[in-house]
Amino acid sequence: MGLGQLASRALLRSSRLTTATRTSHFLRTIVSTPELHNSEAAAAQSQPEPDLPKRNPVGGARIHFPNPDDAIEVFVDGYPVKIPKGMTVLQACEIAGVDIPRFCYHSRLSIAGNCRMCLVEVEKSPKPVASCAMPALPGMKIKTDTPIAKKAREGVMEFLLMNHPLDCPICDQGGECDLQDQSMAFGSDRGRFTEMKRSVVDKNLGPLVKTVMTRCIQCTRCVRFATEVAGVQDLGMLGRGSGEEIGTYVERVMESELSGNVIDICPVGALTSKPFAFKARNWELKGTESIDVTDAVGSNIRIDSRGPEVMRVLPRLNEDINEEWISDKTRFFYDGLKRQRLNDPMIRGADGRFKTVSWRDALAVVAEVMHQAKPEEIVGVAGKLSDAESMMALKDFLNKMGGLENADVFLLVGTQPRVEAAMVNARIRKTVRATKATVGYIGPAADFNYDHQHLGTGPQTLIELAEGRHPFWSALSNAKNPVIIVGAGIFERKDKDAIFSTVEAIAKNANAVRPDWNGLNVLLLNAAQTAALDLGLVPESDGSIESAKFLYLMGADDVNVEKVPDDAFVVYQAVPTVGDARDDWKIIRALSEVAGAQLPYDTLSAIRSRIRTVAPNLLHTDEREPAAFSTSSLRPEIKEKMDMAPFETAVKNFYMTDSVTRASKIMAQCSALLLKK
Amino acid sequence: MLGHLAAQRLREIRQAFRQIPQASRSFSTALNYHLDSPDNIVDLPWEFTDANKEKVKEIISHYPSNYKQSAVIPLLDLAQQQHGGWLPVSAMNAVAKIIEVAPIRVYEVATFYSMFNRTKVGQYHLLVCGTTPCMIRGSREIEDALLGHLGVKRNEVTKDGLFSVGEMECMGSCVNAPMITVADYSNGSEGYTYNYYEDVTPKRVVEIVEALRRGEKPLRGTQNPKRINSGPEGGNTTLLSEPKAPPCRDLDAC
Ligand code: SF4
Ligand code: FES
Ligand code: FES
Repeated sequence: MGLGQLASRALLRSSRLTTATRTSHFLRTIVSTPELHNSEAAAAQSQPEPDLPKRNPVGGARIHFPNPDDAIEVFVDGYPVKIPKGMTVLQACEIAGVDIPRFCYHSRLSIAGNCRMCLVEVEKSPKPVASCAMPALPGMKIKTDTPIAKKAREGVMEFLLMNHPLDCPICDQGGECDLQDQSMAFGSDRGRFTEMKRSVVDKNLGPLVKTVMTRCIQCTRCVRFATEVAGVQDLGMLGRGSGEEIGTYVERVMESELSGNVIDICPVGALTSKPFAFKARNWELKGTESIDVTDAVGSNIRIDSRGPEVMRVLPRLNEDINEEWISDKTRFFYDGLKRQRLNDPMIRGADGRFKTVSWRDALAVVAEVMHQAKPEEIVGVAGKLSDAESMMALKDFLNKMGGLENADVFLLVGTQPRVEAAMVNARIRKTVRATKATVGYIGPAADFNYDHQHLGTGPQTLIELAEGRHPFWSALSNAKNPVIIVGAGIFERKDKDAIFSTVEAIAKNANAVRPDWNGLNVLLLNAAQTAALDLGLVPESDGSIESAKFLYLMGADDVNVEKVPDDAFVVYQAVPTVGDARDDWKIIRALSEVAGAQLPYDTLSAIRSRIRTVAPNLLHTDEREPAAFSTSSLRPEIKEKMDMAPFETAVKNFYMTDSVTRASKIMAQCSALLLKK
Repeated sequence: MLGHLAAQRLREIRQAFRQIPQASRSFSTALNYHLDSPDNIVDLPWEFTDANKEKVKEIISHYPSNYKQSAVIPLLDLAQQQHGGWLPVSAMNAVAKIIEVAPIRVYEVATFYSMFNRTKVGQYHLLVCGTTPCMIRGSREIEDALLGHLGVKRNEVTKDGLFSVGEMECMGSCVNAPMITVADYSNGSEGYTYNYYEDVTPKRVVEIVEALRRGEKPLRGTQNPKRINSGPEGGNTTLLSEPKAPPCRDLDAC
């Protein structure tokens, strides 16, 4: 062995000499390192060194060994790592702390293996292998930083850039483009391709996604996303060879409530955000991590702003809630923040017109009227989007959303998750796809993007299920981990208690609530509703308004104004942003002072500590909490009779569910274009 | 040394620019998207004929029931024969329905294969081989003769709807180059034929076209009377004697 190695070293040295002399006559313009032509020489140079420093997995990649016996050991650049069987070479490299360049591979999509950017060298394999598609085998010696791997990637990059336009200065992806970044490492400053670049017709994918198809590198991520996650099989790869293009073939827009995510997964600028087009460069933006309030899922988002203006909304990774997707409403409602806003305090004078006044005057007037009214005549209504602090609660609401993936039977009662909480729907869909879980649905006919059984439309079906007379009952009772999701629409009904107790009975019979599994969930419509439930409030709005003399509306736009008595004094407080608008709580605090009943807090942290005493889980912003309400103990005696009227659709228009989304022009376009059928 | 390199590179670049840039790249495949036309609209009803429905059943029975989508190519082929040689969107949708996949999955296949025509073709669709051996033996002239005689452009249908001319890549009869193929859709999927006419000349293809127009069926195969199939012109010139038997081991000898 030793001798052989020595001999080959000697041989290699001489061959290196000859290549060196040869290349001086023969000019290569792309690869400037002549040693690369001799791959063996290159391989021999990078012998693994002992005593490697510890490396950290890329991007916090986690390993989870389902079965400890299945662990195998591979070597990445000489560094041994233990990984579970079935992982790919690329994943092994990530765990070893080596980032492999890639375009088509995406951890949440199926493997395509068609971009070839992830080539690595594997010992004893005759040519570089595509690491994303190659399963790691025990004892594999993977080399990621050898000249062969580098040269292979440089070759792939040259091919990719062959037809890619030199658009970067006018491309919205510029600055966050995978192709741009990776060409810094593997690209050449010139190409050898002298023909015309190809041209491709841009596609119309609707009001949200802008396409510049010449930039597409055919990674098919968008096609796989649409098929696998969004569940709309609209996009496809048409044609072949250099005529290949992404498209829908027949003219149609992407009818998905998750379509905006293709903007994020497209590694180049082929699919970009239409509303954000040419608005800002991403390096000018300041990111603020936040939680989405447009539905009750509480998706983790990042709000990118320039100065006071919100420019765009992006998802943030949270494995338990939204993975790395967000719904179109979350992503694009932000322009509603700028429109139809109340920026300064205004008072309606005797002539019925609104007049801008100073904060001091406004507060004084409000305080005075408040003193005149009797306590029982004072009604406060908190709106859907009010109280940013309680929004934070949102993450907790759904009891283990990740847990949905372990479910084998779903029962959806009066809820259409596709429009009420698109991310929950995506989870259910993922589960149905992965494990063939069955879904039963009770409610009005609705649009689902996975297989489901429509069991009935109203409480009748619920009763049949509770009594075990319904055919779906056998599926439900045999389920290991049944999940029952009750829609928010139920809480608007008069007989909500009766319905809920029936649902509870079903849950009990099906053994859906156990110490190790809570399968009973309530899917609410918005963040505040969730927080309100956590605080023990049930929305009882309309009735109390009728007797009010003093009505305090805090961001509540959905109150039925006709019911408000004529002599009532209405204070309307809106969601603040720009101008002379103040944070909600500051206004109330100032008012309390003017009114002479000063509230005991004047900083944000003080108000948060007050919330902590009322509802502690609202402040745990970084982890998801199991929903706190326990179903059985809360229930008083059920007095109402169940009304046999069928359930109603809680959300008629996915794109417009509250004041901000209704003010949004983009959402208006979406609902005009996508909801007409 | 560096100056030398730079000068050489400059020369290379200049060379590259001196070449006349190609005006456009021509593809043998058609557009990759659908354009509405009176006879090709998504909502137009389309169905297999009763006779073909039987064939559909037969085709599907070749595949496991959970892999119905494997039948996509034979079904598209059948639909194309039934529909006079081309596939409107509604036919592709019908196929998608039968094999239970989203229509886009069928479009993907139909756009991949250039033998699926997605725009109208003539009853006789003439395909000229354009690959190197045929090209060297004069396929350009063949195509020019056809186009000139019929007065159409490539992939355009004559006014009477009888003929259209397309291009194909090597169809495997290079030994009889140049050649054309005639896909005959005049009798639906029952009378469908796909015949090779080999060793053609510009004059001969025009004769073939005229014969087809008269409803005759010209003899397929080589059009050179001096050749038998792919044998050499005027009879064999080599290997004239009886072929020698392969050398066998003399079993008795051992
Ligand atoms: S459009 Fe973007 S995501 Fe889709 S294939 Fe092209 S490069 Fe990939
Ligand atoms: S990432 Fe492996 S081939 Fe594209
Ligand atoms: S090149 Fe024409 S048949 Fe082969």
